Formats: sequence, C-alpha cells, structure tokens
Amino acid sequence: MNGLSKWTWHMMAGLGLVAFLSIHMITMHLDLILGWFNPAGGESLDWANVTARGKQAIMPFFYVAFLGLALYHGLYGLRTIIFELGIPKRMARLTTILILIAGIGLFGLGSFAAFHFASVAASTGAIQ
Amino acid sequence: MTEKATQIRFHIRRFNPETDTAPSWQEYQLDVDPGMTVLDGLHQLKHTQDMTLVWRYSCRMGVCGSCGMLINGRPGLACNTQILHVTRTALTLAPLPNFPIIRDLVPDLTEQFLKHRELKPYMIRPDTSEMQHPTGEYYQTPDDLLDYLQFTYCIKCGCCMAACPTLATDPEYAGPQPLAQAYRYSRDSRDMGYADRKPSLTADHGIFSCHYGSECSSVCPKGVDPARAIQLMKRQLVLDYFKLLRKKPPCKTLGPNEHAERKANIPAAPPYTV
Repeated sequence: MNGLSKWTWHMMAGLGLVAFLSIHMITMHLDLILGWFNPAGGESLDWANVTARGKQAIMPFFYVAFLGLALYHGLYGLRTIIFELGIPKRMARLTTILILIAGIGLFGLGSFAAFHFASVAASTGAIQ
Repeated sequence: MTEKATQIRFHIRRFNPETDTAPSWQEYQLDVDPGMTVLDGLHQLKHTQDMTLVWRYSCRMGVCGSCGMLINGRPGLACNTQILHVTRTALTLAPLPNFPIIRDLVPDLTEQFLKHRELKPYMIRPDTSEMQHPTGEYYQTPDDLLDYLQFTYCIKCGCCMAACPTLATDPEYAGPQPLAQAYRYSRDSRDMGYADRKPSLTADHGIFSCHYGSECSSVCPKGVDPARAIQLMKRQLVLDYFKLLRKKPPCKTLGPNEHAERKANIPAAPPYTV
C-alpha cells in the first residue's frame, strides 16, 4: 500500500470506529432507556444479557470488525507519530515490521477470544 | 506635527559560518518612527550601528519573497511588517526555522525549491508542439480560473515551510509550499499532469504527512492558504482512489479567427525577441 491507500483506510477506519463506538456507548450506557442488545432487560452487563449477546451470530463479527478497525487506526497513528520523531530509514522499516507483527498478533488473539466467547455463550443455558 | 519616535530594543540572531560554531544573539537600540517596517529598521541598523548585519531582500513591497524571517517568533516578510504593529518595546529577529542558515538572517531555501521542482510545478500537456509553437490559445473560463487563482499568489518566501510543525519534525516532508503548488497546477483546467504528480504526492513524506495544523495558512503573507490547497488535493486523491473522480475534459484550443479583419489603425505586433 502506498501513502494514499494507507491514509485513506486510516480515515475510513476512523469513521468506522465512530459508528461502532456509538453502538457500544448506546448499548452500555443507555441500556435502561433504549435497551439495545439487552434481551433480558435490566443492565447491559447483567450476565443474562452478556450471554444472550454472545449467542447472536453477528456479535463475534462485530467484535472482530471493531477490533480490526481500532488496531489499524491506532497502530497506523502510532507509526506516524514514531516516524515524525525523525528516525533513520532502517529504523522506520523495522518499526513498520514490528507494528505489523503486533497488529496481526493482537488481531489473531482478539478474534480467537471473540469466537471462543461466542462458543462458550452458546453452550450456556437459556436467558435467565 | 509628526509623532514621537519609539525606542525599540532589537534582538537579532547572528551567525557567520566562517567564524562561529553556533548562532548567538546581539542587541541593538533603535528609534522607530510610525510606519517603519522591519526591513527599514534593519537598513537603519546597518547604516548607523553595524555594517556586518546580513539579510536578504529585493523588492521591498511584498512581491519577491526574499525577506522572510522570524519576527517576534512568527514567520513573516520584513518588508510588509511594521515594527510598531508588532511591538512597542522589543523586537526579536531570527532566520526562518526549518531551513539551514547561510548567514545571520539569511535562510538557505534550496531544499524548498528542490521539493517544489519534484512536484512538477508547471503545465504538463501531451501536445508539446502546440505549447512550444502555439497556433491559438487554451480556452479557460473565469470560473475555471477561480478554482486555483488564490494559490497562484505564492511568492515562495518560505514562511509556510518555517511555520509547519510537520516539517519541523520530519525534514523529508514535502512541505506546504510545494504541495499547494502541486494542487494549483493539478486544478488548472489547461493542465493534464495530475497523473505525473501523483507518485510524488502520495509517496512517504508526501501530502499524507500533513496533519492540518494550518499554521502555514495563518502566516502566509499573500493569503494563499496552503492548508486548504493540501486538503483539496487530498480530497482529489481520495476520490481518485475510490474511482469517483470526474475526469476533466481536455481544454479546447482556440485558433485565430480566420474571418476577423484587422483594423487599419492597429499597428502590427513587433517581431519576437526570444
């Protein structure tokens, strides 16, 4: 990817994060008013609601997309900040590789956690 | 009745690469009359107190862009900055930051001009024979002109480059002056060189290193607004990336009117000298 595509997707990821964070905030903090993704009623962090959300097939994909956008946006921003410190070309290359490895590693770990949680939630009982 | 002169303390950064290892500050006192510019003040100091003082200037009216310097911490032109508009007590003068110093208040603008050249700041068209031996004029409407007119006022003084926080941390960054000029030419309806400039624009240290701090626009003595040019150039690149950019049709060439008759009282044009 050249500077154009990296920057464009950095901006797109930022827009995606605004959308996902809005859903997250509404789910977590307007739970008693709107009750989004809270099928058991009450507070969104009640165990019944957590497992109910985990059973929905879309949720792991939501978490993985959220994680991917956050990692790309955050790590690309971090890389830009490091580059602006004026590091030599070889260090810049090494920084890119390390950030890429960290990003892929964290994305893999997060995706595993999301899908593992979905399978655990699916094996638990009905909504209490 | 003339107004009383105000005594101003000048702090001037001095550096002579032949004798000094590092820049130092020197202080002068000068009676400043209303209306006196920083450039006038420097001339007075040179004539009356220190003939070794060095700066660069030419037109004395904000056109040539030679006398850019840091005036009380802000990049500006010495010739169009009145001293009493800036201070009533002390005036600090230093060479433009983000450039090597040649001597005293003279920055070395070579790097800026190299970056400017890299972005091909000239008309690029496939019909080179028409450009070199024109048979008519390239047609452009007043609206087409307004699209880029503001960005043609750049005098390459380097004030925007000196104010740029990104350039301060990344010396390889192209900088606001060359990038704004890349937009100026890419936006020109007569130009067809956008694809030629694109690789340099999108390279590392190119246009996407700009964080829109807008300091370049706030210090520009000609009101060019390089930050806006950079954002518009980014928009054009992103639209192009998503294949949403409307291709501009090549501008028409208007040939001479074959049916027009020359009025008898209009003399013929003189022969070409070049």
